[in-house]
Amino acid sequence: MEGSAQEKTIGILKEKYEDQILHIDTPYDFLTVSLKAEKIIEIIQHLYHHPEGKFQYLTTLCGIHYPDLQQIAVMYQLHSLTTNNRVRLKVFLPEANPVVPTLTPVFSAANWLERETYDFFGVVFEGHPNLKRILNVEDMIIFPMRKEYPLEDQTREDKNDSMFGRD
Amino acid sequence: MQDNQPATDALTTPEEKQYSYLNLGPTHPATHGIFQNVLKMDGEIIMDAEPTVGYIHRAFEKLAERRPFYQITPITDRLNYCSSPINNMGWHMTVEKLLGIEIPKRVQYMRVIIMELARMADHIICNTIIGQDTGATTGFLYLFQMRERIYEIYEEICGARLTTNVGRIGGLERDFSPKCWNLIEKFIVDFPIKFSEFTSLLERNRIFMDRTINCGPISAERALNYSFSGPNLRAAGVDYDVRVMTPYSSYEEFDFVIPVGTNGDTYDRFMVRQEEMWQSLSIIKQAIEKIKKEPAGVYSAKVPEYCLPPKEEVYNDMEALIYHFKIVMGETEIPKGEVYHCVEGGNGELGFYLISDGGRTPFRLQFRRPCFIYYQAYPEMIKGSMLSDAVITMSSMNVIAGELDA
Repeated sequence: MEGSAQEKTIGILKEKYEDQILHIDTPYDFLTVSLKAEKIIEIIQHLYHHPEGKFQYLTTLCGIHYPDLQQIAVMYQLHSLTTNNRVRLKVFLPEANPVVPTLTPVFSAANWLERETYDFFGVVFEGHPNLKRILNVEDMIIFPMRKEYPLEDQTREDKNDSMFGRD
Repeated sequence: MQDNQPATDALTTPEEKQYSYLNLGPTHPATHGIFQNVLKMDGEIIMDAEPTVGYIHRAFEKLAERRPFYQITPITDRLNYCSSPINNMGWHMTVEKLLGIEIPKRVQYMRVIIMELARMADHIICNTIIGQDTGATTGFLYLFQMRERIYEIYEEICGARLTTNVGRIGGLERDFSPKCWNLIEKFIVDFPIKFSEFTSLLERNRIFMDRTINCGPISAERALNYSFSGPNLRAAGVDYDVRVMTPYSSYEEFDFVIPVGTNGDTYDRFMVRQEEMWQSLSIIKQAIEKIKKEPAGVYSAKVPEYCLPPKEEVYNDMEALIYHFKIVMGETEIPKGEVYHCVEGGNGELGFYLISDGGRTPFRLQFRRPCFIYYQAYPEMIKGSMLSDAVITMSSMNVIAGELDA
């Protein structure tokens, strides 16, 4: 049952946007689709309105920094409450200039989630009604969840954690 | 009305409307936490609101990237601190999903008991606070006795009361003691008596109903668009409950009803929580019956490489010492992978999105915090209402500052 539902979701995506799909995977039985960034909002709208898809619930949205790839991914997780199907969509953006259109016209819930992603990863959501920092102070100049910013102050000399597997 | 009059006389010229701005919070007794709302007021009517959050932001997601898996449990305590055990269990289950650990049935039922007690404690706080904010202090004091009893059970299970850190990856740290079972049994008997008193004080109370019905309503469409979850979504009439949609910890074996409201107003949110407490009580009773049929003494899965051994074994047994060392020093194998696991928290779908790169700590961990997502609907819900309605709307939404700011 699970497999066929996931295949159906892939079918819905392939109907119109086959050229946009970069990679399909199901880690831990959770359909994950990597997509090109430019048409992501159209694709989500397609999933939202499709009579067999009806992915009308935005579970979560977050950023992920991949320093090795020099990319920042934005992950959208959608849930269809009618068919109880979940899908995770990922778009990869260049680390230097991460820009993606906003999802707020489709989901009001995306508003703060996008602000949070901007706040922590510096992803610019084009067209967002109020894109400013949300949890951090407004005069912060870095995007703290990026991997280049260490958790602890690197200039400290009173702590040596090397024997605990921390670098 | 002024706009319709001809602007011939200087005295009747429509002047620009003057609004006053009011700071509700960050430290206001009615906000129940540290967050601010800048309200644009026309007299006593709220025209607009601008919530500011982040006052107690502690960078949990960043912290989690530097902590081994078992050290993240105390962080989850501090998300929704009114129902910490649910957060702890949700986190353990996420890691167990990543590691592929099968949990014995008895442990699953024990977890269900703990989680349902936590849900009751959470709803007790929220509902009595609604009473408190509408001027009914009595109910608050009555029912807090029962919350105290739940906290005594927590103490017996894990030694802590508020930030519980209960359980381990792979099960629980110890079996429920006979005293703990006793406390649970007594609680089941006493709770309906005290809770009925509270119910009779508020549920059909004319003053309370007049005060809360049609206060801060939200439609099902808007609630879904705002990704509401938990009692707030169900009050709007959508029967989405994670325990039923994606069952975890053997919830599919339990028989319970999901209460739904119609208007999504403060009264509906209150009533949904009231009914959920009865359902939780029934689930606890069922779990106790189920546990009796399971082999006694099992409180953890047999995964010594992930589950911290009891201290007495560490001091007396070579193998336990080795495993203890390996876990603490982070030398256990963690598979690479991406998992999402969600549980029905006290106020909605609490999700953990975990990416592991095979290292000692998560590569990325995102908490799907229900309050953070639904609190953004607050300005829309209070627009056009009175200031005093805004206060009880907020308390009925069960916004917990710890979870909001992570």
